[in-house]
Amino acid sequence: MAGVEAIDRAGYVDWLQRVGDNALILGHRVSEWCGHSPALEEDIALANQALDLIGQCQLWLGYAAEIEGEGRSADDMAYLRDASAFRNALLVERPNGDFGQTLMRQFLFDVYHLELLRALKGSSDPRVAEIAAKAEKEAAYHLERSADLVIRLGDGTEESHRRMQNALDLLFPYTGELFNDDDIDRAIAEAGIAPLPSTLKKAWDETVRAVLDEATLTHPGAVWQHGIKGAGGGRQGVHSEHLGYILAEMQFLQRAYPGAVW
Amino acid sequence: MAAETETSGARPAEAQIWDWLSQIPDPEIPVITLTDLGIIRAVEWQGDTLVVRVTPTYSGCPATSVINLEIEATLRARGIDKLRLERQLSPPWTTDWLTEGGREKLRAYGIAPPIDGTAPDGLIAGRINRLTGRSNMVVPCPRCESGNTEKISQAGSTPCKASYRCKDCLEPFDYFKCI
Repeated sequence: MAGVEAIDRAGYVDWLQRVGDNALILGHRVSEWCGHSPALEEDIALANQALDLIGQCQLWLGYAAEIEGEGRSADDMAYLRDASAFRNALLVERPNGDFGQTLMRQFLFDVYHLELLRALKGSSDPRVAEIAAKAEKEAAYHLERSADLVIRLGDGTEESHRRMQNALDLLFPYTGELFNDDDIDRAIAEAGIAPLPSTLKKAWDETVRAVLDEATLTHPGAVWQHGIKGAGGGRQGVHSEHLGYILAEMQFLQRAYPGAVW
Repeated sequence: MAAETETSGARPAEAQIWDWLSQIPDPEIPVITLTDLGIIRAVEWQGDTLVVRVTPTYSGCPATSVINLEIEATLRARGIDKLRLERQLSPPWTTDWLTEGGREKLRAYGIAPPIDGTAPDGLIAGRINRLTGRSNMVVPCPRCESGNTEKISQAGSTPCKASYRCKDCLEPFDYFKCI
């Protein structure tokens, strides 16, 4: 594990939180649909998917806590960090909006997620590789569903098409952040732990375009992107106001009743 | 997965332990057992401690902790005091590991067993074919065996199942989703 030994521990914890927090925050967002979806089957599908993501987040944050070595657990990381300590991308904290926005967000993320996990299977850190191999199967299943629905609704009724196109135009400016390299990414890539985010862009773009074509949706083209200039975005801990509301709900129990257990 | 039959002192043989584990029902689909599911990856004595390695089905499967509890309770009831359960992630669980017997039990129970080799591979060409209905994958109805079935949802009543419907006998049914 020469690669892992060589890397700055705080940077590694940060990077693991980037992967884990994406799963946690998207998982929480998706779970907000539970009991509110347009159809029972979709309700169940979204809850299932949230469960997968939160399961994955436990593996990533559990490992982050181990590397950190300060006695924290995955739960401590999920429930007791404040917004600026979260490292998820801005895309996953976007509000659910209508069902079209929820699906489009999921699709754009799933394509990225699958490419990332595939690459991580070849990580120089065996722990990262085995978590990725586990999560990859679930991500492939998620992508199959989200791509299916993007196609069916994009190439559906006039209204479903309009909503999917609106969702795409709204969310596309949050995808650039996923492929924006910073110093932490460069150190992680140098250690062979993960690829540079920018190297995943080409495959992501190909899949996204193939599905959008099939869905008769118009690719937004090279539009302005959030979170890649100045102070950065969610991956650097610079979040939108939406994250605070998620944390208020997600963390309430542990904040009000510290140490509460089932 | 060597199930060697060793007996030294009070340690029950590993084959015996496999047999006990094969009687523990899955908490969510009690018609099949933990060994039918293929989630017990190894059983071995390390000195006087029994180590059982278990792999999760889905990362977030809520049954995981119940499964561990059941394993522990079963083995302790058989007199095994020194016991360690380990989570094994690699290689990741696949529905291909469901035993033949387990698949039959699922079918008899009304759940269509997984069809090997059909797990999503994330390759866009094949996927679009499937998505747009150009695929020829058939999930036979576990009740009337008709191949005239359709997918209702990619998810179902537990994280490991999808929802289907038979267009001949009109019964909805669960399909064990492939990963």
